[in-house]
Amino acid sequence: METTLAENLPQVTAAGVIIKAIIILAVISAIAGFGTYIERKVLAFMQRRLGPMHVGPYGLLQIAADGIKLFTKEDIIPQNANKLIFAIAPAITAATAFIALAAVPVFPDFTIPEWVPLLGGTFVPSIASDNNVGILFVLGMMAAGLYGPLLAGMAQANKWGIIGAARTAIQFLSYEVVTGLSILAPIMIVGSLSFVDFNNYQQGGIENWLIWKQPVAFVLFLIAGFAETNRTPFDLLEHEAEVVSGYATEYSGMRWGMFFIGEYANMITISVIAAIVFLGGYAAESMFGWLFIMLKIAFFFFLMLWVRAAWPHVRPDQLMWLCWKVLMPIAVINVLITAIVMMV
Amino acid sequence: MSLEQFKNRNVGTQHYKMLDLGESPKTPWCRFKRVMKRTFKGELFVGLWVTMREMINALFRGEMHTVKYPFEKLPISPRYRAIHEMLRLLESGHYRCIGCGLCEKICISNCIAMETRYDENQRKEVSEYTINFGRCIFCGYCAEVCPELAIVHGPRYENASEQRASFALFEDMLTPIDKLNLQQEYPGFGAPTPYADENIKKTPLAY
Repeated sequence: METTLAENLPQVTAAGVIIKAIIILAVISAIAGFGTYIERKVLAFMQRRLGPMHVGPYGLLQIAADGIKLFTKEDIIPQNANKLIFAIAPAITAATAFIALAAVPVFPDFTIPEWVPLLGGTFVPSIASDNNVGILFVLGMMAAGLYGPLLAGMAQANKWGIIGAARTAIQFLSYEVVTGLSILAPIMIVGSLSFVDFNNYQQGGIENWLIWKQPVAFVLFLIAGFAETNRTPFDLLEHEAEVVSGYATEYSGMRWGMFFIGEYANMITISVIAAIVFLGGYAAESMFGWLFIMLKIAFFFFLMLWVRAAWPHVRPDQLMWLCWKVLMPIAVINVLITAIVMMV
Repeated sequence: MSLEQFKNRNVGTQHYKMLDLGESPKTPWCRFKRVMKRTFKGELFVGLWVTMREMINALFRGEMHTVKYPFEKLPISPRYRAIHEMLRLLESGHYRCIGCGLCEKICISNCIAMETRYDENQRKEVSEYTINFGRCIFCGYCAEVCPELAIVHGPRYENASEQRASFALFEDMLTPIDKLNLQQEYPGFGAPTPYADENIKKTPLAY
């Protein structure tokens, strides 16, 4: 059956992949920018404020104002910084965040109509790079994103930056373990690393979703995802009250903006993984499948903002305690129990 | 009352109310139990619910707190002490100030300057009256001391301007003659109490 499916699909060409990459880059950047607006609005509503209101209707053009500000700001490289590394570190964060999205199915596949000049008839796949180790690739790329904050903090000759970089290293490396172990159990059940297989495994209604089979893994993955995207209960990397701005202390203008875009792209990636791996993904046979996965992704994005409004953040030692003494043992036990159940 | 109790810095003997925070766990098992209790108590979800409730209140029940300041203003207290106003007599429309100079005298930051002269009816006339708002501390003594309720504090608290002089002259503070019917009595410092008429007594002249 799978072979027939593959034969029915049009040929994926290099042009299609490039178009897909451009679409991902443009749309996710825009969504990341829009995410800042959504975040400010949601936080404001939860504190019974109005949030940005003055630029455009309901402050919708605030993104444009912020973008203009970021792009036209002076690009400052501090005196004793390692200039090359300081300059490329934000690019590493943004690039790894977008490369991770290459293996994630975002937006439905479509064929460009024939009447379009040059590109007419090109098939644009839903995944830019449909490799058979999808989840591994995404997690690996997000882990490589660690180099952005780490190098940035170490290159800028600033003590806050160094502390922020050190926190980045311990936090990301520790929670990589939990992410990997927590997602290992669903991978064992499905028996594949491809997102498409995960999606196909969970077809046919809510009762087939993996969240019912792996609730513990879902909770662990969410917690670790919050830590890896540097969201509020674990936002120790750039916590103003403690380390000014952490690894981003000396950054300004567009370079700082690239850190920001990378962070929001990572939030979207984590939301997409959670939606596909645990919440059923997109129903390929249903017309509204893409709408549903958008809603699921939006829910996870909203959850991150909601949690930021509601919960205080933890101390660094509590963070490490939580990771190594609580989450990792639970994840290992979860994997073991899953394995035993599968064997029996 | 003596100063004794304020000089006593011995914390232990004062009447502090101790909060019941419970025992801190001693054994690892107790610590484990506390972690379990806190994990499954659902307090975190109470926090989530509170923020969601506030969001619903703000969005759908009109309980948004924001005041869009330049477009909306909160009412201020009638006793608020902002930029001064000079009031007029309601009947004649003449300014109330009799040029007695008490406000100039009492002003503790020396910001009131006035010059007076006798007019053709041998009545005191104010020829110059300025308040230096760079010095004024808005203490309200001038309004309190004024025997004629002529100088009072108004509700005008937005005093940013290009010229300091925009506020300072007698004519700027004086009620415009065409708005005399809108003139409000000041209920703050120095104003008569609400039942002043009933409380008034004849001056005892027996001594």
